[in-house]
Amino acid sequence: MVDNSKGYKIIINTILILMCAACLAPFFLLIASSFSSEQALIANGYSFFPREFTAEAYRYLLQDASVFHAYGVTLLLTALGTVLSILLTTLIAYPLSLSSLPGRGIISFYVFFTMLFAGGLVPSYMMWTQIFHIKNIFAALLFPNLVTNGFIIMMMRSYFQANIPGEVLESARMDGASEIYILFKIVIPMSLPIMATVGLMSGISYWNDWNNNLYYITEPQLNSVQGLLNRMLTNAQYLKQAATMGSVGANAVPTTSVRMAVAVLGVVPVLCIYPFFQKYFVKGMTIGAVKG
Amino acid sequence: MERKSLGKQIKKHLPFYFMMLPAIIYLFINNYMPMPGLVLAFKRYNVRDGIYKSPWVGLENFRYLFTTKDAWIITRNTILYNLAFIILGTACAIGVAVILNDIVSKRRKKVYQTIILLPYMISIVVVAYLVNGFLASDTGFINNCIMEPLGLQPVSFYSETKYWPFILIFINIWKGVGYSCILYLANIGGIDPGYYEAASLDGATRWQKFIRITLPCLKPTIITMTILAIGKMFYSDFGLFYQVPMQSGALFQVTQTIDTYVFYGLMNNGNIGMSAAASFYQSMVGFVLVLATNAIVNKVSKENAMF
Repeated sequence: MVDNSKGYKIIINTILILMCAACLAPFFLLIASSFSSEQALIANGYSFFPREFTAEAYRYLLQDASVFHAYGVTLLLTALGTVLSILLTTLIAYPLSLSSLPGRGIISFYVFFTMLFAGGLVPSYMMWTQIFHIKNIFAALLFPNLVTNGFIIMMMRSYFQANIPGEVLESARMDGASEIYILFKIVIPMSLPIMATVGLMSGISYWNDWNNNLYYITEPQLNSVQGLLNRMLTNAQYLKQAATMGSVGANAVPTTSVRMAVAVLGVVPVLCIYPFFQKYFVKGMTIGAVKG
Repeated sequence: MERKSLGKQIKKHLPFYFMMLPAIIYLFINNYMPMPGLVLAFKRYNVRDGIYKSPWVGLENFRYLFTTKDAWIITRNTILYNLAFIILGTACAIGVAVILNDIVSKRRKKVYQTIILLPYMISIVVVAYLVNGFLASDTGFINNCIMEPLGLQPVSFYSETKYWPFILIFINIWKGVGYSCILYLANIGGIDPGYYEAASLDGATRWQKFIRITLPCLKPTIITMTILAIGKMFYSDFGLFYQVPMQSGALFQVTQTIDTYVFYGLMNNGNIGMSAAASFYQSMVGFVLVLATNAIVNKVSKENAMF
């Protein structure tokens, strides 16, 4: 539509700017509060400008072993989980995109059915804890629910179907390339947008996961950043309690601003990395999802 | 002859079956193995006997569940919130997609889209902190920087139910609209500009073009997304209802959904029978809903059906 009148342009830009402000404002509140002094926060509440600017909360976090530790857990978890997720998803999505594969329909249905029906939390919890005994081990953060799912498999499969011409694969086979070689040297390099999409999706879901921590972890040692945030949300004293195992004088914890500072540490990496991947994310989403 | 060629085909594709194996095993463990565990809903569970050896109790768990007021409250909340999310969420997503599409400058469009998608990337725990920053009764922004200067009484949000339907619906849309508009935006971008030019020549207004061209072109996507959402009507975003109200018991009337109820039953109350019954009820009704909506769409417009 080229006939955008000046008035209409002003209206839509105003709406979008207001929406962007609504999306960003809460983060400013969060960051400003994390740089405010404890006394000012208690007396005057959170605000968009730091009250009595101080980095006291961050200084405290630097000394507190439990936050550092949680960061390590989250980084390791996100790295391992994302690699595992891309690998497993690609390895099933690529064969499912080949129309010549015998049994393709059955396996597609096997994947698709997981999107229609689920056993739910109670049986899953029983299975993971009683058959696989994952309570309070690192695997509890890695495996339940997050590795791959019907939705991303189907999305990647559609992408391969739409973007990898059969002739390319055929000619590579004629040249005697093995299937693994074709997948890693031809198909994956031709599919970087969908790899970035799936990578970003699983990276974000591992980084943001607190459910597995809530269900399966009681050891503070295995808290991820989000797990820690989850515990601190309703129990402001959580760090203080956990600090008895740690290093600092527990009485000096500036609870209110420290909570905000940990939340800031939980989102800053996402805020920094995500804009660079956003393009691929949107592209992969649309190409992959257009054809069910 | 036929058999032999199938055997050959399979042999030729053997490497592909090996490639698929890890994901097939993972889905088997993560998604299929818990399914038989649904029988727990008909048992009196005890740790010593485990899932399969605990004694059968027939429908007793369901009788307990449906004689409490809880069953009605959690069903009502789950369905009504989902209805609001579907209707308002779709409307907002289409609205945002339409105006984003009308932004001519590519750079500006990208900046807007990046910012609006941002809340989708943030964990719901952090969202709970953000919401708490505004709503907390002692240190919250609203009570300190809006109510107090205006000389109004502070509001204790976390103990008054009347605000929460609006808060939860707002947060759900705030967090999700950037994501759900992606698909509509792509579809609008794919509409033949010739339609709009022809309509302009005939003197159609912007609104008429939206109603007569944009909406009909989006219909297949709207139908597909709505079916998917209706199939999930009995499921709720656990994080939204568990984290954002900060587990405040005073709010359970309007914040408790099937998912939070199952969680509390399993973890806090140790009431595994009722929890399993609610979980079973959710799985079954959810499954029937998917099949039913798909069957209806098959009748109405076959090309939009999922299967």
